[in-house]
Amino acid sequence: MTTPQEARSEGQIDARGPRLGAGITALLLAVVMLLGAGTAGLVLLTVVALSFVLGTVRGAEGTWQGWIYRTFVRPRLGPPTELEDRRPPRFAQLVGLVVTGVGVVLGLSGVLVAVPVAAAVAFVAAGLNAVFGLCLGCEMYLLMRRWGVIRAA
Amino acid sequence: MEFLLLAGVIVLTALVGVAWSRRQGAVRGPRTTGDGGPADWLPQGVGLGSRATFVQFSAEVCAACRSTARVLGAQAARDGGVVHHELDVEDDLALTSRLAILRTPTVLVLDSDGVEVARMSGGVTPAQAREALARASRPEAATAAPVAAGAAR
Repeated sequence: MTTPQEARSEGQIDARGPRLGAGITALLLAVVMLLGAGTAGLVLLTVVALSFVLGTVRGAEGTWQGWIYRTFVRPRLGPPTELEDRRPPRFAQLVGLVVTGVGVVLGLSGVLVAVPVAAAVAFVAAGLNAVFGLCLGCEMYLLMRRWGVIRAA
Repeated sequence: MEFLLLAGVIVLTALVGVAWSRRQGAVRGPRTTGDGGPADWLPQGVGLGSRATFVQFSAEVCAACRSTARVLGAQAARDGGVVHHELDVEDDLALTSRLAILRTPTVLVLDSDGVEVARMSGGVTPAQAREALARASRPEAATAAPVAAGAAR
């Protein structure tokens, strides 16, 4: 039997990085909502979705938000009290990519109202992550696995 | 209109976040279906503690699973009668369905006979772990099967 414990030693990151990144993302998504169902909002949502592509491929620490944290914020903070496995934040990036990606695809096919709606859904997830440390996608992971919506991470 | 959407989404995020934070790790009643008898679902090699057993269901994408494993592991190390086991939900998804486990981490608290007496979902604090242990060592739980409880000690 494999337990998560066995994989625990690999890939630890500073848990505060992904939370700051989620805060930056939430601010951008708030701007998308304020821009409304138009081209400007679609462009900004596309930028956010591309950031999630980076995060899905390279992990949350490999995004430009992660770079901002390491370069400008981390040096001003003390050492991390807790390191976190890099896989949960990376899975959260994938969830963000799916939500914003649907908005971008619908927006590009002319359904512009999907842009602020997708931004609203993604804002809730990113805001919960930034303020409360709650990873919505991770909470729903087991249910999605049981329903066969996703394969093993 | 755009502003109303943003305001509504911010309120929703705050409400969900506060509700979720309050429920983290809260000690709840058992939910095992059936007669509530000893756990017959425990994987091979998972032994019961003489006082209580924490069976923690974890997933790779779950950050709170790590801190919960540390808290329960430390509790088991301090208390010789307490055992902590961590299982990966991927190993047996049908089992999580049967045990009505919706998210990770979920910890089933078993008494000395292997009967579920409580469960906790979300990140568990040391205080919550002690509260759950108190439920496992209640007198009525011991009188239900005094012979087995005596033999374990």
